[in-house]
Amino acid sequence: MTTSRTPIESDRPALRARHLRKMYGAVTAVDDISFTVNSGEIVGLLGPNGAGKTTTINMVLGVLAATSGRVEIDGIDIARQRARALARTNFAAVYAALPGNLTVAENLRFFGLLYGIAPLRRRVEQLLHEFDLLHLRHTKCGLLSSGEQTRAALAKALLNRPQLLLLDEPMASLDPSAAQTIRAKIKALAAQDHCGILWTSHNMNEVEAVCDRVLFLSHGKALLEGNPRTLPREHGSATLEDLFIRVAREPLAAGAANP
Amino acid sequence: MNWRPIAGIVLRQIYLMRGSPVRLFPMVTWVAIDIVLWGFITRYLNTVSGGGMDFVPTLLGGVLLWDFCTRIMQGVTTAFLEDVWSRNFLNLFASPLSISEYITGLVITSVVTSSIGVLIMLLLATGLFHLQFFSLGLPLLGFLTVLFVFGITLGIFASAIVLRLGPASEWLLWPLPALLSPFAAVFYPLSVLPHWMQWVAHALPPSYVFEGMRALLSGGSFPGMLLLQATLVAALELLLAAYFYGRVYRHAVRTGLLARYSAESAA
Repeated sequence: MTTSRTPIESDRPALRARHLRKMYGAVTAVDDISFTVNSGEIVGLLGPNGAGKTTTINMVLGVLAATSGRVEIDGIDIARQRARALARTNFAAVYAALPGNLTVAENLRFFGLLYGIAPLRRRVEQLLHEFDLLHLRHTKCGLLSSGEQTRAALAKALLNRPQLLLLDEPMASLDPSAAQTIRAKIKALAAQDHCGILWTSHNMNEVEAVCDRVLFLSHGKALLEGNPRTLPREHGSATLEDLFIRVAREPLAAGAANP
Repeated sequence: MNWRPIAGIVLRQIYLMRGSPVRLFPMVTWVAIDIVLWGFITRYLNTVSGGGMDFVPTLLGGVLLWDFCTRIMQGVTTAFLEDVWSRNFLNLFASPLSISEYITGLVITSVVTSSIGVLIMLLLATGLFHLQFFSLGLPLLGFLTVLFVFGITLGIFASAIVLRLGPASEWLLWPLPALLSPFAAVFYPLSVLPHWMQWVAHALPPSYVFEGMRALLSGGSFPGMLLLQATLVAALELLLAAYFYGRVYRHAVRTGLLARYSAESAA
């Protein structure tokens, strides 16, 4: 596969989700949400625990089938052309650590082959260097600190220079200094490589610092959408965190406040 | 199918072996114990039978062929379980890897790992107990192919069971070859089995292989019909196992089982 992008491809949204719905029997986990992530844009997917964030991410990744609706990655329908769509995306999540019984370099080579990266050796070296993992290349991932594991998972997530990157609480285990460095890298990735990024986090300061746009979910519904720096004022809250708490506790009232 | 993801699955297993050479120990130990144990039993039986019958080819040959089949199954299952144990499903199936590439990778991995065990068995059986394994001639190739396909079938079926029932169900898998062995008629002719067991045996390709092997050893002609029947049953069951795995995978994607798989969920 090629890891470069054509201008035509970058004109399409990195992700388009249309009328996504997921039901488990009578329980609705995600209820008819539609959103896009444009190339070069970082979109925060926010909401309390159980809001449907991870369910949405799993549907985008193709590991969970939507009850109805459609996911397109770079214009490719994941339900019809799964491998092509997934070759253009990648992800890192706190609950999906790299296999602990392989070393950092082995993991990167293993996943590099799964993503069809060529030339693989050069890309692995580049990522080991970028994420300050060169001295840990022969260390098994299970022996890494949680911050080092996060860096390794992020290195894996960038192996294929994805058009769409899904990050589920990527900074959860990083100290403030490491988190700042990684945030800068991810912002640069969006700005320079035009990668669209869908980011979930419970750290509202981080979301304000990183995201161009946020989407609030609660009880599986998309309630609010907008700029994280102006959205709180638009909805009568002092900060993004206040708005988050309001949405989490009174989702329908906050939804009603949406002009 | 793309060769790179398949190579990735195989490479992962090589890394695991390299990183933990102790994994080779059970692959070598159990086959060596099997051959030594059955080798001495056959030697004893040859002695008490007064030389009237040579038990080495029938019993030791049977052990070797049955072990070949079960090693293939365990090779597929163990490679699959590596992903269960390391909670790697989300990383794997959120990549462009297709199910057919994944299964092909597991099968190649199994061929590599089981070959080591079979080679050791062959060396021990030939060196210590003078088993002339290749004296069966060309039909041996057919027998091995059938057992290879059936081993893969069992491995795919067993992996599907774990995918469907959850990680704890791996304990259902390990006794599977032992449960099938009475029906496979490894050490005795099918005719000694009760009628209902013979019906079950006819659904198992190894039963045809072992009947054919005994027919050849007793001086009979090339068991072409048995080999053909075995091949047809083995091919049909391989297709059914692949279909079953596909169904289970789609069910896991539909219900969210795949995404939640890291949880211990055996019913």
